[in-house]
Order: sequence, then C-alpha cells, then structure tokens
Amino acid sequence: MSASPAELVHNVEDPELPYVTIGDLGMVRSVDIDGPVVRVVLTPTYTGCPATEQIQADVEAALRSADLEAEVEFAMSPPWTTDWITETGRRKLAAAGIGPPGPSHPGSSVAVDAPVECPRCGSRQTRRLADFGATACKAPYRCQACREPFEAFKAF
Amino acid sequence: MTRPALLTHVLRHGDRALVLAQRLGQMVAHAPELEEDMAVANISLDLIGQARQLYAYAGELEGEGHEEDHFAYWRGVEEFLNPQLVEQPNGDFAVTIVRQFLHDVFALHHWEAMEASTDATLAALAARARKETAFHLRHSRGWVVRLGDGTDESHRRAQTAVDSLWRFTGELGPVADEAQLRADGVVPDGDVGGQWAETVRAALTEATLDISTATDMVEGGWHGRHSEYLKPLIEELQALTRAHPGAQW
Repeated sequence: MSASPAELVHNVEDPELPYVTIGDLGMVRSVDIDGPVVRVVLTPTYTGCPATEQIQADVEAALRSADLEAEVEFAMSPPWTTDWITETGRRKLAAAGIGPPGPSHPGSSVAVDAPVECPRCGSRQTRRLADFGATACKAPYRCQACREPFEAFKAF
Repeated sequence: MTRPALLTHVLRHGDRALVLAQRLGQMVAHAPELEEDMAVANISLDLIGQARQLYAYAGELEGEGHEEDHFAYWRGVEEFLNPQLVEQPNGDFAVTIVRQFLHDVFALHHWEAMEASTDATLAALAARARKETAFHLRHSRGWVVRLGDGTDESHRRAQTAVDSLWRFTGELGPVADEAQLRADGVVPDGDVGGQWAETVRAALTEATLDISTATDMVEGGWHGRHSEYLKPLIEELQALTRAHPGAQW
C-alpha cells in the first residue's frame, strides 16, 4: 500500500537536520484532502530559518510524486516550540549526536537553559559553550563527564 | 497621500530589524572570535526573518501588490524609518555589543507588549520574535557585563561605547504619532520606555558601568531622518538588486 498524503508530508526530511522529519519536529498542523488538492498547514520554526522555503518545496515535491497537488500554508500562531518535537524525533536527534531540548518556558522573556543530556554518555553534567551554533535551533555544548563536545537543541 | 499609521508602524519595525541585520552581517568573519561570528550571523538571520514578515505584512496593508523585497530593495534611504541607533557603525567590539544590548532590551519589551496587540498578525509575530529576542539579549547582556566588569581596557571601551551611543536611545520608546494605534490596542502601551530604562540600568549596574549623562539626544529616525551612516549601508544592501533588477537565483 502506498503512503497516505499525511504520511508523505510528515516524512519530509528537514533540509538542515536530515535525520529527522518535519513530522518529528512537530511542524505539521494539518493535512486535508480537498478534491484534487492536498491542503497542508505547517508551523515554521524560527522566523529567519532559511530552511522554511526548502521545506515548502519538498512538501510540494513529495505530494507531486504521488500525483497530488499541494497547497502549503504557514500558520504563525501559536508559535512553534521545541516542546512539539515528538518522542521519536528526540530519539532520532540523540542517535545523531544532537542533544534533544529540555522543556521550554513559553511565558519567559529570559532565555533559560533546560538541562541537556549528553547524547553520547547520557550524563546531565553538560555545559553550554556559546549562545549560537551552526543553525538557529542549536547551541554548542560540552559534556563534563565524557568530555565530548556536541550540539544540542535550544529549548525554544 | 498620507500613509496609514499601521503601515508606518510595520515599516518602522521592519526597517529597524533589517538595518541592524545588515550591520551585523558586515561583522561576519570580522568578529573577535569564531563564536562571535556565529552569534552575529545567527542574530542577523533572526532579524532578517522578522523584517521579512513585517515587510510581507506591509505589502498586504499597502495593497499595491508589493512583496517583501520591494520594501528592502526599492525604497530610498530617506524612506527608511528605523531608529538611528541601529544604523550606527560597528566600531570596536564594545560598540557592536553595547548597540546590540541597547536595541535588544527595547526589542524585547516591544515584542512583549505587542503580544497583546489587537492585530492578530502582529501578535503572532511578536510571540515568536519575543522568544528569539530573549536569546539575543542573553548574549548581548552577558557581553556587556563581561566587558564592563572585565579588565581596565574592556571597561574603558564599554563605557566609551555607552557614552557615545546614549544619545540615540531617546528613540527607544513610544513614537508620538502612534497615539491612535496605542488607543486602539494595536500597539499596546506596555510602558516600553520605562521598562527599557529599568532593564538597562540593572545591567549597567551589574557591569559596573555608568549611565551616560548625554543630553544631546537625537531623534527623527522613526520619521526618516538619519545619520550619514545609513546611506552607504542601504546602497550596499541594494546594489545587486538595482544592478540586476528582477534577477532570480
């Protein structure tokens, strides 16, 4: 049996984090079939994330491969949060060596670090090395236990 | 023709974000250490994202079929409505950081207030931008404290930066001609100016820096009056688009 439109959308890989899908990241709000058109509503992550347009193109391409026409819309409210990353997504991130985010503090205007587990040894004795990393969603960390440097998702 | 107040407001904040983003972009690969190159690039990118959404909304409000690029690339320098602080040159690292800090405190309290806007588009953007700005402020505030409470030389430079940039901070509060937007709840009056002063004071105290006694305050940025530094910045920003109109890549 071939994949449903919803599965096709959820399984689109994140262009910058190809080991997780946009479903894993909690970006998919809805997938509705409306006659010949599949209407997809996504929540973008960071306002400046350069992957957003690529994701739209990838969703359209995934549906086109099943001869479906896509209409992709971005919902700005409520804003995306790392709390929407699924359990599967968190496991995949850790397996790829990226520390999954701790719980976010949605009402807080102060950037708070949730405890981050070392994806290598599991220790919570980890330290953030800088505020910003290779992508908007991550920051560089070091594990104090096994001394391994790694990237972790910011709780956002 | 008078431009509607809401469109003016949206352009002011789009321009604030874009001009600062461009300034920070000039720092990429010139910051004192690799982590700071990453920081200025990331912050710049967030600000470009915010500017794009504001310009896209400006296009809707204006109703003349303009997309976001129009507002970034096809307006003259006198049409930019950003506060003058964000166009000031990068200077040394203390100036870059203090400028960013003074801006980030304003941006944070602005977005906090805007989350309660009766305008659904602006409220939604504010919820996201507020979270991004919290990360920017943690970074800039951390550096202000480190530089101010650091060595004699870093303290001296940080204090010089505060003193030289202070005259641009009079614009970091409510704009007089937005009174109707405030009355309508579109731009909620969250005492952004008062909160800015309090947050800045607390950080400078921790940084062992003095609040400047500057009195030669500058204004007019929100109305399109600018220092001599904005023109070259906008010309650089627009050069490619104007040399190759409509180019796609």
